Amino acid sequence: MKPAQFEYDDPTTEGEALDLLATYGDECKVLAGGQSLVPLMNFRLARPARLIDLNRVSSLAGIRTDSGRLVIGAMTRHADVEHSAEVAGGWPLLSEAIGWVGHSQIRNRGTVGGSVAHADPAAELPAAFAALDATFHVRSKRGSRALGWDQFFISEFTTGLAADELVIAVEVPAQAPGRGAAFVEFARRHGDFALGGAAVTVTLDASDRCESATIALLSAGPRPVRPEAAEKMLAGSLLKEDAIKSAADEAVKGLHPTSDMHGGSEYRIGLLRVMTERALTKAVARARRSA
Amino acid sequence: MSVGRLTADSPSLQGIGASPLRKEDWPLVRGEGTFAADFKRPGMVHAFVVRSPLAHARFTAIDRSAALAAPGVIDVFTAADLPDRGRPIPTRQFADEGSNRFLQRPLADGVVRYSGEPVAVVVAESRYLAEDGAELLRIDYEPIDVVLDLDDAVAPGAPLLQPAAGTNVAGHQVVEMGDLKKAFESADLVIKEEFRIQRHAAVPLETRGLLAEFDSEKESLTVWGAAKIPHVNRAILARLLGWSDETRVRMVELHVGGGFGARGEFYPEDYLIPYAAIRTGRPVAWAEDREENLRATNHSREQVHRVELALRRDGTFLGLRDSLLNNTGAYVRTHGMTVPGLSVSMLPGPYKWPAYRGEFRSVVTNKTPGGTYRSPGRFEINFVRERVIDMAAHRLGIDPIELRRRNLIARDSFPHNVGTLYDGHPVIYDSGDYELLLDKALKAFDYEGMKRWRNATTARGVKRGIGVGYFVEKAGPAEREYARVELSATGDVMVYTGSASVGQGVETIFAQVCASHLGIPYGRITVVHGDTAVIPEGMGAFGSRAAMLGGAAVMLASQQIKSKLLEKAAHVLEAEPDDLVLGAEGVSVLGAPARTVRLADLLADQGGVMVEEHRFVCDLLGFPYGIHFAAVEVDTASGAVRIDRFAVAYDIGRCINPVLVRGQISGGFAQGLGGAMLEEFRYDATGQPLSASFMDYLIPTAEEVLDLEVLITEDAPSPLNPLGVKGAGEGGTAAVGAALANAVSDALGCEITQLPLTPQRVKEAASA
Repeated sequence: MKPAQFEYDDPTTEGEALDLLATYGDECKVLAGGQSLVPLMNFRLARPARLIDLNRVSSLAGIRTDSGRLVIGAMTRHADVEHSAEVAGGWPLLSEAIGWVGHSQIRNRGTVGGSVAHADPAAELPAAFAALDATFHVRSKRGSRALGWDQFFISEFTTGLAADELVIAVEVPAQAPGRGAAFVEFARRHGDFALGGAAVTVTLDASDRCESATIALLSAGPRPVRPEAAEKMLAGSLLKEDAIKSAADEAVKGLHPTSDMHGGSEYRIGLLRVMTERALTKAVARARRSA
Repeated sequence: MSVGRLTADSPSLQGIGASPLRKEDWPLVRGEGTFAADFKRPGMVHAFVVRSPLAHARFTAIDRSAALAAPGVIDVFTAADLPDRGRPIPTRQFADEGSNRFLQRPLADGVVRYSGEPVAVVVAESRYLAEDGAELLRIDYEPIDVVLDLDDAVAPGAPLLQPAAGTNVAGHQVVEMGDLKKAFESADLVIKEEFRIQRHAAVPLETRGLLAEFDSEKESLTVWGAAKIPHVNRAILARLLGWSDETRVRMVELHVGGGFGARGEFYPEDYLIPYAAIRTGRPVAWAEDREENLRATNHSREQVHRVELALRRDGTFLGLRDSLLNNTGAYVRTHGMTVPGLSVSMLPGPYKWPAYRGEFRSVVTNKTPGGTYRSPGRFEINFVRERVIDMAAHRLGIDPIELRRRNLIARDSFPHNVGTLYDGHPVIYDSGDYELLLDKALKAFDYEGMKRWRNATTARGVKRGIGVGYFVEKAGPAEREYARVELSATGDVMVYTGSASVGQGVETIFAQVCASHLGIPYGRITVVHGDTAVIPEGMGAFGSRAAMLGGAAVMLASQQIKSKLLEKAAHVLEAEPDDLVLGAEGVSVLGAPARTVRLADLLADQGGVMVEEHRFVCDLLGFPYGIHFAAVEVDTASGAVRIDRFAVAYDIGRCINPVLVRGQISGGFAQGLGGAMLEEFRYDATGQPLSASFMDYLIPTAEEVLDLEVLITEDAPSPLNPLGVKGAGEGGTAAVGAALANAVSDALGCEITQLPLTPQRVKEAASA
């Protein structure tokens, strides 16, 4: 369990990092928090010829707001998001989701950009960002692009990033008043990748009806799943128990989560249904409290 | 033999019954521990063991030319390079006649039989370079059909691991007593069930590791990183090397980060690394990584039982019949038939049985070889027996506690001969009061309150249940243990023991035993263990034996010193030895402290030191006993089990150090919890391990392990040793599966027959 030989660069500026990416492209891997990449290298399942270590590129880290929108730099540690009062106040779904990411040691090293670029469909942040309709800012020497979540997350461990592109930041829109959100997941142990989970938001209108809802499921498919039919069913409803149950039933229709030793596909579908129901119930209660 | 209590020690002595700070902890809490991978020698190089990627395959030549040419690679060797192509590693316990056909050689020779089997060793300047070199080995494997599951292994036409043996059954035994036919014919109720326990393992946090160095001038070998049984392994290594004088090998223990039965047995690497040191003339280090550990170090527990319980309507047990298959993996390792042997000989548990028959067949399959793991054979059978008893209780409408109580062995029938044999020895419960412990536990853990909690109203979809598991554990022996006690004129004491430290605290408790029996305070006593150059003989640490045998030897050697010294002082002080008291400063007359003779003066004529040895011999096992209680809450929608309370009552005869005993029980419980809920080695259809890392092999973490309630009692001291102790290492593990499965069955109104209690399995049981 020692990695194969590799070259190593540790640029200090974004420009240097992009230069290196432009030069080496497919031959290199970007090292952020290393919480997924390093184990893969130790098992020799990943054997990049070169690592571009971003840990010295300080401009990539940090949380800020920009006209009501939240902008999280790619090299921001999970722990910094977890402990940010700004995030907790304006985007509590993110705070809640991040508490489920591994253990505190992992959250101290792991980064937001690393997590989304790794694109594990069982990970918390991709689902949370999908539920929040986040935008992914990516850049290369050729220029900058902004990708929606469904352009960014393509499949298992696959994103819309080109070989020379770097995630710069993730931007989350301002949350409307009267919005409630919840993140619920189930794993065999705390800190493990979820067997199933749901990130949801519910926005109430003045008459206590659902104006809009978003549902993003993790461990449900090759990337975060947004069951639009279920979201539409909720819009305009009074969000009673029956409506939530029906939406949860709808949300898991047509899903084929992968079976493994920890849970078969059927079991996982049932779990996703229950997680969706529980997340919606929580989110509705929170929305009502905030309204 | 007297087992009475000592007169009360003065608190400053910190003897038996006290909980002084552990002697072991000072270096550990300061980060100064030396575990195997921390130990360095000048000029040392690193070995990497190349392992089979396939579960069953033939291979011919291994082309090592490219590997040998790789940067930093010093040596590459295969079975063809070993003397006799590698001699088979012998069993050290419970050898069955047929087992020798299934022994493992250090390196596979033409056939690999499990994924992870060593096929070659690469020695290089660093572990990195060794792994790079290993990638360049060319081995062409030709796959053979695999056999993985227990029933498949004994089915006609099954692929055979050793075709010459003509069978996959490596060991078979029947133990029988009473008239079983009559028992079943006269029964009002017979419960028949099949139970399965999954393959899991000890998985000590410190993986195995060794550093071996050969002195070509003296033709001697030193091996650091020995554990558990250094003297036994010294003999095995010398034998495999073909050395008639085993003292040419020196085994040295370092700190050990957990043993639990697995670490310290003799594995292929325990030959290969010393052999590499001899071959290369360099000190060779090897540290197993976790990926190797999960494929290479002994697995355990995989059994299927077909059991029948015969009862009368009033709940009286009439007979028990069990046929079990035990999956020993690809080879029979050092434990031989220990695990299934313990299963069949101890299945009867704490109950009276007019008739019993237990049969095991231990089979080889294309999985990692097996051995013991904390409470070996018993974690499994406690689950089986306690589950089938609960099933009977449900059918008869008798409270599970009451049904057990009616059948417990009576307090006036000890020693109780169970009628079974373990490895040729009769199983005789040395002492016990099973009903007393039950009563004490019900009270201490407020069982009535537990029942009220169970019956209280819960949220929709949440169900509560409680379960118990009553068990008899075993402790010791491996017949003898060595101790040497040296008292010096300064009042300092050295204790040398043949028992080993696997982290359980032998330095602490042996110093306590010595303090009590010598009268010298704990702080003045140093305990030395685990170096075969310093300690002439020893049987090590396993099976909860160290306190029973090693402790008794320390006690008796200490007493020998004390009585000789007091006799000597009696002359000087002109007093009766009984009127004298020994302390670190010297010997004085009770009540007249002015009348003292200094140790320096007493020992002047014998070089300033008094030395006594004792070899304590005991060939019978001690049998501690206990009860586990579990209270659980099941989320029927997800299958999640939340353990609300878990309580362990354990009678260990006599408790030397309450804090350490509690620690043993708590750690044991955590491992039992892993086995009951989480841990499982699964394989795909080709024999590829699916639980190949800590991503999928789920050991419990701090989040999963709840605070344990513990009741330690000393109502049945063992008559087999003068301390009255029985060993306390395994009772925390023994019935965790039993109690949790009973509690979940109670919650759901179902009958769980399989471990672990995965969420999917629980959810399916809840929906059935």
